[in-house]
Amino acid sequence: MSTAISRLQVQSRDVPGTPVAETPHRAPLVQPIHIASGRNLKKSYGNVVALANLNLDIRAGELLALLGPNGAGKTTLVRMLLGVARPDSGSVSVFGADPYQAQIRSRLGAMLQVGRVPETLKVREHIDLFSSYYPNPLPLGETFEIAGLSEIQNRPYGELSGGQKQRVLFGIAICGNPDLLFLDEPTVGLDVEARRLMWSQIRSLIARGKTVLLTTHYLNEADALADRILVLNQGAIIAEGTPAEIKARAMGKQVRCTSRLTLEEVRQIPGVLSVKADRNAFELQVNAAEPVVRELLQRDTWLADLEVTNAGLEEAFLALTKNHNAESKEN
Amino acid sequence: MASTTFPVVLATPRRSLARTFALYAKEAKYELINKTRIPIYAISTVAFPLMFYVLFGIVLGRSEPGGTERATYALATMGCFGVMAVALFGFGVSLAMERGQGWLQVKRASPMPVAAYFLAKLFAAVVFSTVIMLLLLTVGVLFGGVHLPFATAAKLVGILVAGSIPFSAMGLAIGYFAKPNSAPAVVNLVYLPMSFCSGLWIPLFMLPHGLRVLATFLPPFHLAQLALNTVGLGTNPTPAWGHVEALIACTLVCLGVAAWGYRRDEGKTYG
Repeated sequence: MSTAISRLQVQSRDVPGTPVAETPHRAPLVQPIHIASGRNLKKSYGNVVALANLNLDIRAGELLALLGPNGAGKTTLVRMLLGVARPDSGSVSVFGADPYQAQIRSRLGAMLQVGRVPETLKVREHIDLFSSYYPNPLPLGETFEIAGLSEIQNRPYGELSGGQKQRVLFGIAICGNPDLLFLDEPTVGLDVEARRLMWSQIRSLIARGKTVLLTTHYLNEADALADRILVLNQGAIIAEGTPAEIKARAMGKQVRCTSRLTLEEVRQIPGVLSVKADRNAFELQVNAAEPVVRELLQRDTWLADLEVTNAGLEEAFLALTKNHNAESKEN
Repeated sequence: MASTTFPVVLATPRRSLARTFALYAKEAKYELINKTRIPIYAISTVAFPLMFYVLFGIVLGRSEPGGTERATYALATMGCFGVMAVALFGFGVSLAMERGQGWLQVKRASPMPVAAYFLAKLFAAVVFSTVIMLLLLTVGVLFGGVHLPFATAAKLVGILVAGSIPFSAMGLAIGYFAKPNSAPAVVNLVYLPMSFCSGLWIPLFMLPHGLRVLATFLPPFHLAQLALNTVGLGTNPTPAWGHVEALIACTLVCLGVAAWGYRRDEGKTYG
C-alpha cells in the first residue's frame, strides 16, 4: 500500500507538464486505493428521495463519471463528498477524513453549478482570490493556461460568454492544485466547440495524475472521458462499468407501431422491456429490435406504421432501470 | 468491486500564518472592490444619506433660527441612517443573493474559512460607513455651520461606524432567510419604517407618544441617541450604557437568528 501511496504523490505532484498524448491510459493499480468513499448514504428533501442507501468509492487517479438524468441525485452526492451537505444517515470519507472539516478541502477542487457569480470582479481577481484559499496553489499564469483564461483574464465575469464563464469556474476548481476534483455538469449549456475544449482540459487533469469525479447527463461525455461510469437513477446506482460496458447495456431500441393487439398482449412478447400507448400507437422499449419485430409481425398481420429508432438516453436509463429491477426480483 | 477500505491518510498541507493573513486581506479587498463597482449599492448607500442630509439638515434649516443645531442634529441621525443602509444592504442583500444563487456554495466548497467571508463584508461595511460619515461631516461643516471640536467629531464618527456591527448582524439574519429576489424589498421594509419610528427623519419629540415608546425597542433609536449624546443634543434621559446594552442585545439576537439560518442551510439545496 505504501508504494501505491507514494505513486499517487508522484503522480499528482511531480509531473505537472506531462502532455496529454503521452499518457492516454494509465495502468490500473494492482489494488485500487479508494481516496473517497460514501457508505449507505441516504438523503431526502421533504418527500423527495435524493439518495437511497448509496455506496460509492472513488479510486486514486481515475476519472469516474456519475451518469444520470436530472434529479437522479448526482449533485446531492457531490455536495456530500465536498462536505457542504450532510447525509441523513450514512458516512462519507475523503482522504480518510470527514470532508466537513475545511482542512480536507484544501486537497479538493470543485466546479459546481452556480446561478450567478459576482459579475464586477475580473477573471484574474476571481482566480487570485480562490488561489489564496489553498496552501499550495498553482501560479496564476499556469491556472490561466490550463483553463484557457489567459486571453480573458482582465475581463469582468459579467461580460463573458457562457463557455468562458464555465472556464472560469473550471479555473476556480483547479487553481489550488487539488488532488481530487469534482466537476458537476461541467459542459451543461455549452455548444459543441466549447464542450470539446472543456473535454480536452479535463483530460489534461487526468494526465497530471488528478482524480476526477464528473457528473453528466450525456452518455457520450461519460464515454469520451471516463475510466468508469456509475449510472444513477432516483438516488441509487443502477449500473456500473467501463464506458464500453455501459454503452452496450444502454444501446436499447424504441419500436413504434399501430396494432390490433392489446397493450397486455404486446407486453407479453419476450424482449419487451416496457410498452406504453401513445394515441393510437404503441411505443415499446426493447434491447434488440429484430426478435421483437419478428414476433409482432407474426402475431398481428395488420401491424402498420412500424418505426425502429435508437433509444434516447432517457429510454436507455429506463432500460437499465428495468434490467436492474428484474435482477433484483430474481435475487 | 475490489474493496480496500478507506483510511488512506496523506498529510494535508496546512496554510502558513502569512498565507492566512493574505487570504483574509484578499477576501476583504475583493469584497470592497466588488461593492464599489456595483453602482446601485454605492449610490443608494452613499448618495441617499448625503442627499437627505443636504435637504433636511441644511437646506430646510438654513433660514430658521437654530439652523446650526438642526444641521448638527441631522448629522447624527442621517449618519445613523447611512450606516444602517451600508450594513443592512451590504450584508442582507448580498448574502441573500450569494446564498440563493449558489455562489456561497462554491466558496464553501473551497477551503475558505467561513470567518473570512463574513469579516470581509464587515470590513466593507466599516469602510463605506467611514466614507459616508466623513462626507456628511464635511458637508455639515462647510455648508451647515456645524462646529464640533475635533475630538467630538472623531467620537461621533467612531460611534456611528461601530454602529454598523449591530446592523450587520441584522443584515446577516435577513440574508439567511430572504430569497435573492425579495431581499432588497425585505431590507427596505425593515430599514425605512424602523428609521422613521426611531426618529431619524423627524425628531422623536414631534412624534405621537405611542411611537416614542415603540422607538425604545428599535436599535436605530439607541444608536442615534448615542450619537446625539456625543454632540450634546440627546433627548433621552437613559444613560449611555443603557443604549449600548440594547445594541449588544440586538446584535446577539440577530447573530442567533443568523446561526440558525446557517445551520438550516446545511440541510437544504438552493439554486
